Amino acid sequence: MEEKLRIGVFVCNCGTNIGGFLDVPEVAEYSKTLPGVVYVKENLFTCSESGVNEIKEGIKNNNLNRVVVAACTPLTHEPTFRAACEEAGLNPYLFEFVNIREQCSWVHKNEREEATQKAKDLVRMGVARASKLEPKDRITAGVIPSALVIGGGISGLSAALSLANRGFKVKLIEKEKKLGGLVKSLYKIYPENINAEEYINQKINEVKKNKNINVFTSTEIKNVGGYIGNYKVKAENDKGNELNFDIGVIIVATGAKTLSPEGLFSYDGKKVIDMLQLEDKLKNDGISQYKNFVMILCAGSRNNERVYCSRICCMSAIKNALLIKEKNPESKIFILYRDLQAYGTTNEETLRRAKINGIRFVNYSLNKLPEVEDNTVRVYNEILGKELLIPADLIILATPLVAPEDNENLSKKLKVTLDENGFYLEAHIKLRPLDFSTNGIYVCGTAHWPASTEESTTQALGAAARSSIHLEKKYVMVEPIVSSVYYEDECRGCGLCASLCPSNAIEMVETPKGVKAKVIEVACRGCGICGASCYRHAIRMNHFSDEQIKAQIRAFLEE
Amino acid sequence: MLDAGRHPNIKIMAYSEVEDAKGEAGNFKVKIRKKARYVNENICNACGECIEKCPKKAPDSFDMGLRDRKAIYIYFAQGIPAVATIDKDVCTFFLKGRCKLCEKICKKGAIDYEQKDEIVELDVGAVVIATGLEMFDPSHLTQYGYKRLKNIITGLEYERLINATGPTGGHLLRPSDKKLAKKVAYIQCVGSRDLNNCNYCSSVCCMYAIKDAMLAREHDSESDSYIFHTDFRNVGKWFQKYERRGKDEYGINYIRGRVAEITEDEEQNPVVWYEDTIERKVKSLKVDMVVLSTAAKPSSDAEKLSKMFGYELDENGFVRKNLPYPSDTTVPGIFACGFSQGPMDIPESVAAASAAADRVMETLAGLKLKKRA
Repeated sequence: MEEKLRIGVFVCNCGTNIGGFLDVPEVAEYSKTLPGVVYVKENLFTCSESGVNEIKEGIKNNNLNRVVVAACTPLTHEPTFRAACEEAGLNPYLFEFVNIREQCSWVHKNEREEATQKAKDLVRMGVARASKLEPKDRITAGVIPSALVIGGGISGLSAALSLANRGFKVKLIEKEKKLGGLVKSLYKIYPENINAEEYINQKINEVKKNKNINVFTSTEIKNVGGYIGNYKVKAENDKGNELNFDIGVIIVATGAKTLSPEGLFSYDGKKVIDMLQLEDKLKNDGISQYKNFVMILCAGSRNNERVYCSRICCMSAIKNALLIKEKNPESKIFILYRDLQAYGTTNEETLRRAKINGIRFVNYSLNKLPEVEDNTVRVYNEILGKELLIPADLIILATPLVAPEDNENLSKKLKVTLDENGFYLEAHIKLRPLDFSTNGIYVCGTAHWPASTEESTTQALGAAARSSIHLEKKYVMVEPIVSSVYYEDECRGCGLCASLCPSNAIEMVETPKGVKAKVIEVACRGCGICGASCYRHAIRMNHFSDEQIKAQIRAFLEE
Repeated sequence: MLDAGRHPNIKIMAYSEVEDAKGEAGNFKVKIRKKARYVNENICNACGECIEKCPKKAPDSFDMGLRDRKAIYIYFAQGIPAVATIDKDVCTFFLKGRCKLCEKICKKGAIDYEQKDEIVELDVGAVVIATGLEMFDPSHLTQYGYKRLKNIITGLEYERLINATGPTGGHLLRPSDKKLAKKVAYIQCVGSRDLNNCNYCSSVCCMYAIKDAMLAREHDSESDSYIFHTDFRNVGKWFQKYERRGKDEYGINYIRGRVAEITEDEEQNPVVWYEDTIERKVKSLKVDMVVLSTAAKPSSDAEKLSKMFGYELDENGFVRKNLPYPSDTTVPGIFACGFSQGPMDIPESVAAASAAADRVMETLAGLKLKKRA
């Protein structure tokens, strides 16, 4: 016999975020009249510890078998409320979240009555859906205790070493012939002025000596199949050999490159060079013949074509200006800037030292760019309100870091997203800066956004920590909100669903009843494309079944 | 916060301070003072009845003193753990020996006036310092008039005013007459990049000023904002786009120039005197309210803590960080993350926290291997 519905409804005030714009007591009172509802509670903050305890008490004292919370968005607190249900002994998938904040109180701030009515409608729909919910168990799968690190620059090396030192096997893949990335081209690393080549070589040696790390240079990823805990990675080296790896987690550390200065400020590679060429000249004592240096910052960035700030160019320029002064105290150095990005403690200190050492800073604006002429740079000084003619033997352009074109290709293989600048897009800009929204893949360093060596290292170690959670646990738990070939007899084995699935989560299998689609649950992300495309309606979305959605729609039309 | 509070592997000791520490990587003994709340944490269910009835008021420190709380209080609504605390310095019973109203009201019997501070000793393998920041107090920068003039507030006070659960229910009501502030000036680098105060750039203020001004416009379509900045430092992911949106979509006025002085007219409207460095003119602007983007400093206990554990601070009082391991302090087994290491924003702090966790695990794994060998 079917269990009798005992639904509990919790209506949140969210301080005044909800309670200030609609009548929460009225919504709570109304909820009591809905079919199956046996308990209703109003909370100041349902997400607070006391609110969560009220859910738990409510379940225990009233034998609730469904819980509806009318509050904010599943993004913020669904895990919290599900866990509360679970802790009180209720299957977490018997919980329904109704959004009366973002989708109600916040958008109807000046329509109290209508907002209250809409909240009632939403709660009624939520209760209707809750009555059709089914208990579900989370899906677990094993994790291969091995990590793939893509990219052998400072970020990839740091992440690989950290994981290997903890005993995990690491495959480190670099598409260039040599490890080291962008740091290898530098002279010194700010703020400590560490010798870049010595520093990166030491890391490379540590990696090469580490028994847990296999390094593959001149190697590129060809294909990534599988899912978190069990990736099948195909790679190919320059000799045309195919390599196959079984991988548990993946770290993307593919770095960035500098924008080519061609076409900017009369760049010629001789008198007008870019910052990497200057690093090279500093490394090889190639600056003694110059006296008058002019550096132009934001060359090709913070403009309409490339809006972003590349974060590291100001400090690279200031560091190099100080190094030039050190080598040649007689030199005259002008830095033409728009806003000096000397954020934090040591950067500001370095900027101050540069000023004390006689390095000149000239402010220019995007409306009046400096012009490079024979042996001079013409610049309109925004603060003086005057045009200056600065003598220049060597002009250095600080071009921004840009995303490599390869990102497009690799991101598709990994099924992760890029942002509008081609850098990798993290799961959450504030709270999950090192995760992708696809579980099991992580990002660090300049693949994510321009960052200094120190910042890249921090991110690399952080990504190692994030990925190691799965390696350490040896299993992953996945949401059971996946599709299933529920009406198997209806399936004609056409394979349309498998061809459309963006997660490679459907395989076609031979059964006694013929070829049928089968969902690989741990790989499925529950997007619903298969369900929508199946013309036989053989596929059902767990937790978003037709019955559940229809109940919701009917409840809306009921009034 | 709630996730950490509920995590089976995390034990939160709120209202507690480190008293003493000794030992080495893999084996630290840390003495912690768990301060008396005069409320039994295991019994109190934060129902709030005691708070409602308590007759004594005190400035609410969470709301930056912009409103009062009671002598028995919950620091803020979503706080962990959700229990009340008696402020001994204010409570009538502790001051005069009578009242005990909260004890009478509490049905659960959670009030315990006899409660004493408790010393807890912890054995831990590693320590992470994440003591964050404190805001710079701009009172002594008399040119800005903070505390001298009524309608000058700090960025953090603004956060409370614009917050829906704050003292004004999210309305930007200025202190002098509780009128809606429509024209607001934001002054950058108050105490930051200043050799007499904080030498360094606090890194987060440019962005929070833009955010504050955007929020004002979202609350009130007629709001008018002016941000007075020097170098405009918006270097994080998508920050430049945000800066442009502030100007193009929210109509925020960005003015390059340091503010020299703030005066007041007869209606207590602040008047901002500044040099527009682009037009090279001294100008003034009358506004309804001024928000000072004050510097962020190391927490006031940072030095005490560093001496207890023995790690070095930098010249600004932040935990010194260096390559090759930016999360390591100068003492093995002790790590740091977030603003305790110097100015950084949320994503940087989150990444640094994961990095510190990584170093903890790597260190402990290394020690285990050594022991086995």
